[in-house]
Amino acid sequence: MSTLKNCISAAAAGAMSLALALPAAAAPTKFDFWFGLSGDLERVVQTMCKNFNESQKDYEVSCVSQGSYDATLQNTIAAFRAGKQPTVVQVYDAGTATMMLSGAYYPAGKLMSENGYKIDWNDYFPGIARYYATSKGELLSFPFNSSTALLYWNKDAFAKIGKTEAPKTWEDAAADMKALKGAGYDCPMAINISGNESWQLMEQFSALHNQPIATKNNGYDGLDARLTVNKTSFVKYVTDLKSWYDQGLIKIKSKDLGQDMVQAFASGDCQMIMTSVGDHGTVGKTQKAGMSWDVAELPVYAGTERKNSLVGGASLWVLSGKSADEYKGAAAFLNFVHDPKTALFWSSNTGYIPVTNSGFNFMKSSGFYDKAPYKGREVAIASLTASEPTPITRGIRLGNFTQIRAEFGNQMQAIFANKVGVQEGIDNLVKNSDAVLERFEATYKGKQLP
Amino acid sequence: MEKRTTFSKWSVGILFAVPQLLLIFTFFYWPAGQAIYWSLTLQQPWGGGNIWVGLDNFRSILASADYWNSVTISITFAAISTGIAMGAALVLAALTDRQLRGSKFYSVVLIWPYGIAAPASAMAFRFILAPEAGLISVVNQWWPGIWDPGLNGADAMACIIAAYSWKYIGYSFIFFLAAFQAIPRSLIEAAAMDGSSVLRRFWDIQFPLITPTIFFLLVINITESFQDSYGIVDIMTSGGPHNSTNLMVYKIISDGFKGLDYSGAAAQSIVLMLLIIVLTIFQFRFIERRVHYR
Repeated sequence: MSTLKNCISAAAAGAMSLALALPAAAAPTKFDFWFGLSGDLERVVQTMCKNFNESQKDYEVSCVSQGSYDATLQNTIAAFRAGKQPTVVQVYDAGTATMMLSGAYYPAGKLMSENGYKIDWNDYFPGIARYYATSKGELLSFPFNSSTALLYWNKDAFAKIGKTEAPKTWEDAAADMKALKGAGYDCPMAINISGNESWQLMEQFSALHNQPIATKNNGYDGLDARLTVNKTSFVKYVTDLKSWYDQGLIKIKSKDLGQDMVQAFASGDCQMIMTSVGDHGTVGKTQKAGMSWDVAELPVYAGTERKNSLVGGASLWVLSGKSADEYKGAAAFLNFVHDPKTALFWSSNTGYIPVTNSGFNFMKSSGFYDKAPYKGREVAIASLTASEPTPITRGIRLGNFTQIRAEFGNQMQAIFANKVGVQEGIDNLVKNSDAVLERFEATYKGKQLP
Repeated sequence: MEKRTTFSKWSVGILFAVPQLLLIFTFFYWPAGQAIYWSLTLQQPWGGGNIWVGLDNFRSILASADYWNSVTISITFAAISTGIAMGAALVLAALTDRQLRGSKFYSVVLIWPYGIAAPASAMAFRFILAPEAGLISVVNQWWPGIWDPGLNGADAMACIIAAYSWKYIGYSFIFFLAAFQAIPRSLIEAAAMDGSSVLRRFWDIQFPLITPTIFFLLVINITESFQDSYGIVDIMTSGGPHNSTNLMVYKIISDGFKGLDYSGAAAQSIVLMLLIIVLTIFQFRFIERRVHYR
């Protein structure tokens, strides 16, 4: 009897403790994720968050868009100073050096290994991983929405001048632009010269041609790096762009002027543009009916040994000062983001590229790149992996890079408006950017990049 | 009989003033003090370390050609936009006041623009002034390239002045109309019976009587044009092309928040504050003497 009684009471106690434990286990650990994408892209992120929350019961991520990359960084800094920071935050490429010196993050690699996730960091495309890693190769943030620049070209227009291929060199591109103009096309190529376009015109160009943007291996080796673009073939490139602009072969298109370059290309007004692979979906959705177009790698000057292009977009940083449970949740979330199936969902809905080999191969084997609206996006991977990254094509590590990009826009506008000559404008860009870099160095006196 | 409210104890009065004092302290003196402190240091954006640099931040902004450019164009912007907004508002208010048929309708129509948020009016003007797609694009068909705010700094300046003054015409108009309507009709009627012309009546009677309003609006408009132009610049030109519309207030916000240079932005905002104080004192010292208060 007594054994039975014991058994019953033990079972009852067990059931009771189970009952007590159950609600505790059912209440998931909550944590915040702040990001900068808005509009259509925001909806895709929200769906991804919902998928994560439904995939398991232990954690619940609350995803909040801050409207833009700039605002995300500003709001996160304000929140951090007030001790109310989110656990995970999306930071754009230009904010990387600032983040690295902030002392406000939890290194992504450490987070994953401490929480029992084995991530094969070598699986990441080297050009992507090294942008967000220390000079020793430790990954500090998770590559997330990555892109690179491509040449978009109108096949119909090129057929009119007897060409079936995009120009591979700038010499060919110049000849094609003249032929297009001769064939009656008013705008053979569109560019924009705002600060944002520093990414394609200065940064991608320099990487493809293995030209430094700054000393100290683009800033990887120290905060005393200074700009050098006034002494590289970037000067020749701007000289050529300006001369093509003066000849009417290139038009400037921006939203302020009523039509941005993506719209100008999609509507068939301009026959070539250089823009992010992230715009591939937009061009497909908004193009003039029946227009035939394709993408190619950006041209290089004849005789150049092509190097890998630079990654753009943003990465996910885990911030310091959170509880162990929240870090467990963040690690689970990053692991979910890393999954090839999530990569397929993310890339097919946005245009951003997969960031790992396994993600890319999974998408390739699922036939993604053979389907009509996505065909061509694999060129971005080819461009990013064109070579093993060199010390100056692995990335850019310059403080307050947003201000340097703004200065790029200013000086390009001054050059194109004939306010200054090409060399003088680029010299000014270097001089003013160096002042920004000196200021950054003084602010972080005695500190070193990890 | 004592008309003023009096308190038996001095401390009770203070007690009533405390909420207001607290608000002013929290939202003005404390941040202003913080800005002064920041301007004398180099602030790491994420916190964690500040380096005392004394007046270095001021030295570096005063040595920067870009900064002087932003001072010059801010003053130009203030002068032109205040001139246009107040001049147009004065003429419109004088006309509306002349009891024309439908003056009520006109006054409502003219006041409306002030109710529109700056970004919304900037968007509207962007559509109007876009060189290729806007209403103005026809001038580029007649003379190709004549209107090019994307590369021409003067054209870009014209864009933000147009959008900004349009909004402040409505604001000044409200005050001018009220001032005109406060003038006793009998004065003007008497002058009319004496045979003076409309212009003569305006200059000799109405204008002197509204000088307090003109002075008030001048101070407000100039101050506002230094402080309230951010939204319009951000939407229409982002400070470009080549810094030609990078007004002081826009430069402060973009250096501070986008560029994460908190100390440089703090120093700039203190210079801006001093500039506005100096301009205001100047106006009170030299212009207020010509004002006739009744």
